[in-house]
Amino acid sequence: MSPEGAPPRRVRVTSPRTTAGRPRRVNVTSEIDAQTRLGEIYMSSLVRVQLRLAGLVVVAVLVAVGGLPLSYWLFPALDKIQVLGMPLAWVLLGFVAYPFLLLLGWFYVRAAERNERNFTDMVERS
Amino acid sequence: MSPSYGIIAVAVVSIATLAIGAYGWRFSRTTSDFFVASRSVRPALNASAIGGEYLSAASFLGIAGLVLVSGTEMLWYPVGWTAGYLMLLVLVAAPLRRSGAYTLPDFAEGRLESRVVRRFSSVLVVGIGWLYLMPQFQGAGLALGVVAGTERWVGGLIVAVVVLVNVMSGGMRSITFVQAFQYWLKLTALLVPAMFLLAVWAGDGAVSPAEVAQHATSQDVWTSPLASSSAHPLYTTYSVIIATFLGTMGLPHVVVRFYTNPDGRTARRTTLVVLGLLGLFYVLPPVYGALGRLYAPDLIAARAADTVVLELPNRMVGGLGGELLSALTTAGAFAAFLSTSSGLTIAVAGVLSQDVMGRRFRGVRAFQAAAVVAVVVPLALAVLADGVGVARAVGLAFAVAASTFCPLLVLGIWWRRLTDVGAIAGMVVGGGLSGLAVVDTLMRHTHSGWPGALLAHPAAWTVPAAFLAMVVVSVLTPRRLPANLSRTMVRLHTPEAVELDRGPLPL
Repeated sequence: MSPEGAPPRRVRVTSPRTTAGRPRRVNVTSEIDAQTRLGEIYMSSLVRVQLRLAGLVVVAVLVAVGGLPLSYWLFPALDKIQVLGMPLAWVLLGFVAYPFLLLLGWFYVRAAERNERNFTDMVERS
Repeated sequence: MSPSYGIIAVAVVSIATLAIGAYGWRFSRTTSDFFVASRSVRPALNASAIGGEYLSAASFLGIAGLVLVSGTEMLWYPVGWTAGYLMLLVLVAAPLRRSGAYTLPDFAEGRLESRVVRRFSSVLVVGIGWLYLMPQFQGAGLALGVVAGTERWVGGLIVAVVVLVNVMSGGMRSITFVQAFQYWLKLTALLVPAMFLLAVWAGDGAVSPAEVAQHATSQDVWTSPLASSSAHPLYTTYSVIIATFLGTMGLPHVVVRFYTNPDGRTARRTTLVVLGLLGLFYVLPPVYGALGRLYAPDLIAARAADTVVLELPNRMVGGLGGELLSALTTAGAFAAFLSTSSGLTIAVAGVLSQDVMGRRFRGVRAFQAAAVVAVVVPLALAVLADGVGVARAVGLAFAVAASTFCPLLVLGIWWRRLTDVGAIAGMVVGGGLSGLAVVDTLMRHTHSGWPGALLAHPAAWTVPAAFLAMVVVSVLTPRRLPANLSRTMVRLHTPEAVELDRGPLPL
């Protein structure tokens, strides 16, 4: 307070809320760029969902294709089975295996692209 | 077969390869053109090129010969080589492309931020590449010997010269066109004669090849999917499965093609098309092997089973038609040697020029100098190590790749805690153990019982050993995690459509 009746200096008083109240736009991409905890969570969720998908396909191949030698070893009688005049093993390994692998690949590409679309939507929407 | 048609076929394929390569020369200007065709190859063309490159001498001649001798158990090779692409698709295709690296050593250095890992990977790429190039040259010598009666080294030399001219003048850009053409040539060269052969076979009463018990192998053994000729059939079968399923992703010439895709999504789609193209092709070679049991069983005793694809059309059709069909399969076989050798030469030359010669020469010059070294060494090896079977040497290359680069890629992409020390430990263990088996085979030692089975098909124990070493040593060295790990994981896994900071790209 100044003495001798001089008028007090006028001070402009403003609410701090006028600037702080406006929400700052923080999107997920900048969280990921800044390598924050939240960004890491988004990233690890993408990696985990893609890894789970890959694991699913690998297990399917292991069970279907990898199980064949074991079953022939355990049950030698399978050798006697004929399909369309050919031994069963020949039909499975010579012909059926390729469309099966292609089908698995097609399923994987579709699912992997869907996972990536979901991720893109999620980080760009927020 | 009269030599003239075979020689004409080889000449036509060689000239067509050079001509299509020359078409690509016009587009090859920059270093990026030479190494990765400037990353602009569309899925359909790229898939044909990958198929053309992948179907090697072992696919074109080897499978039919193996099926002729041993039967159903050998079908694991084509199935495994196709399933290997599925493993590649689901485990590494898109992240590998997104890593933005030129070569496998680039990937290793980018992910683990270590020059030492890079040097280790370079040595392995060159080693695997040479191990795989050697049987290509040997196969070429064998095939030309059959059709034209030349010395064993002549065919390999022709392949080496044609490949060098193409690679040195046009790099990856022209090789892409050449290899795409060669895929369709190989498919035609097996499909058209197979139609005629099957027609002859049907006319002869369509006797099942499984019903003729021939020579040493009885019928039961020929139809079994287990490796019955081995002392330990179940182990051998699973070892072949592991080597082929996991080895594909570690072959340097396969991996280098992924960098030619525009982005991660097209890398996946390309791989899917490749799966279809491989499946289409691999139905055919076993047909030759099976028909060979009926019409050319004497090749087994003559130890010339690998030539069944070249011999069969002539024997079954006869006359001028048979000569022409045999010439067609010869042309396909040469396309197989040329395309696979080109891809391997590019991969090995890329690594040599970056890591060995980069200091003395620059850019395209270094690449061309490296290409010469990449071809000359395995050509010399092919002459020295004559007598190791084509399929045997290729199988070992797969086993080494599965024991070294497969764990590096899979753990590098999906496991954050991999460290440089861990990666080196895994590559030393996997490469050392499988390398031991390679040296043992090249020295032509023979063992019986378990040591024989373990050394002939090492993948079933060397691959788990390599994975284990990488994981354990990485866990023990947590301080060695790379500094920019999070940025690298973002680059490997996020779709390109999302705008993110992916760190500096190598190119």
